[in-house]
Amino acid sequence: MAQFTLPKNSQVTEGKTWPRPQGANNLQEFRIYRWNPDDGANPRVDTYQVDRDDCGPMVLDALLWIKAKVDSTLVFRRSCREGICGSCAMNIEGQNALACTMGIDECQEHAKGKKTGAVRIYPLPHMPVIKDLVPDLTNFFAQHASIEPWLQTETPAPEGEWKQTPEDRARLDGLYECILCACCTTSCPSYWWNGDRFLGPAALLQAYRWLIDSRDENTGERLDALHDPFRLYRCHTIMNCANTCPKNLNPAKAIAEIKKMMISREI
Amino acid sequence: MVDNRQNTAVTMRTPRARVKGLGASGHGASHWWMQRLTAAANPFLILGFVVIIAMMSGRAYPEAVALVSHPVVALILILAVISVTLHMRIGMQVIIEDYVHDRGWKLIALFANNFYAVLIAVACLYAILRVSLGRMV
Repeated sequence: MAQFTLPKNSQVTEGKTWPRPQGANNLQEFRIYRWNPDDGANPRVDTYQVDRDDCGPMVLDALLWIKAKVDSTLVFRRSCREGICGSCAMNIEGQNALACTMGIDECQEHAKGKKTGAVRIYPLPHMPVIKDLVPDLTNFFAQHASIEPWLQTETPAPEGEWKQTPEDRARLDGLYECILCACCTTSCPSYWWNGDRFLGPAALLQAYRWLIDSRDENTGERLDALHDPFRLYRCHTIMNCANTCPKNLNPAKAIAEIKKMMISREI
Repeated sequence: MVDNRQNTAVTMRTPRARVKGLGASGHGASHWWMQRLTAAANPFLILGFVVIIAMMSGRAYPEAVALVSHPVVALILILAVISVTLHMRIGMQVIIEDYVHDRGWKLIALFANNFYAVLIAVACLYAILRVSLGRMV
C-alpha cells in the first residue's frame, strides 16, 4: 500500500529549545525540522527565537540569521535570495514556498489562531531527506531530463535563429518562467504515492513547454513518450501544484493541455 | 516516493534508468476519455433511473413489470447499467493503481475489480432484459 504513516525511525520528536537572543524585544518563534544522517537519531523539531529588529523581512533572512547567530549546524539550500534559483524551496507553515520570497509576516498570517504563533519549517514533503531542510531531488531532476527539455528538429539549423511569430512566442508565457524549485511536484499527493513512475507537475509543465513550442519538430515523439497511465495520467487534477507555485504558474493547466493534445490526435 | 537507496540492486542503476523504467506503455488516453464520456452520461442516466424507481414506488408488481417493459424505460435502464458499471470499473482501477503497490495484491485487486464490475453489469442487464422481454414472449 501507499505509505500513510511515517516509519518508526522517521517519527519526529521534540528537539532542543535554543536560548533567546539577549536584549531583543521583537521576537518571532521558529520551529524547524532537524535531521542528521550521522547521529542515528530520529528527526526532531528545534525551537528558535529570532530578533525581528535585527533580521530581514523574509523567512530566508530568519534562517540565515539563525545560522549566523544561533546555530551554525542548521542546514538548508539557498543561493539567489530573489526567487529565481529555486534552491530554498521548503515547507513553510504547511505550504511549499521559497523561503526567500515568503515574508515572515505572511507566515504569521497563516499561523494566526493557532496555539504557538510559531513559524514551522519542514523540508519539501515526501522526499528523502539528505540533512535538515535539504531534500534529495535526484529523481525530480532525472524526470526533468527524461522529457528532453531542449529544442529538437530534423530540418537543418538555419543560418540565424529559429524563427517564431510573436503569437507563438506568447504561448510559452506561463511556462518558461518555471525555475524547477520542486514546490509543485512535492505538494502533489499523486506524486507522493507514485513518484517513481508519475513525472509530476514540474516535469510535465516543462514537457508542455516543448510540446507547444512552434519551433520544435518532435511533438509526436514527445507525446508518445508521455502516453502512459503513470507518467501522465496519474494527474488527478488535485490542483495543489497551481496552489503552491511560488511563481504563480499553473502546472495543472499545462497537464490538462497535454491530455487534450493526446485526445486530439485520436479523434 | 519510494526510497530505493537501501536496495543496492536498484542503487547501481542511474537515476535516468530508474525514471525511464520500462518505457511509456502507449496507453492511457482512451481510458481517460472513456472515464470522461461515462462521467458526462451518468448524471442524465442516473436521473432517469431515479425517476423510474420513483414511478414504481407504491405500484403493484404487474404495474412495475409493465413499466420496465416499456422500450424507452428498458433502454434507459440498460444504458445506465452499462455507463455506471464501466465508470465504476475504470475509476476503481485508477484508485487501485494509486494506492496498492504490492504486486500480488495489485493483481488480485485488479482481477476482483473487473470481475465485480462485469458481474454487476451482467446481472442487472439479465434482470432488465428478462422483465422487459419476458412479457413479449
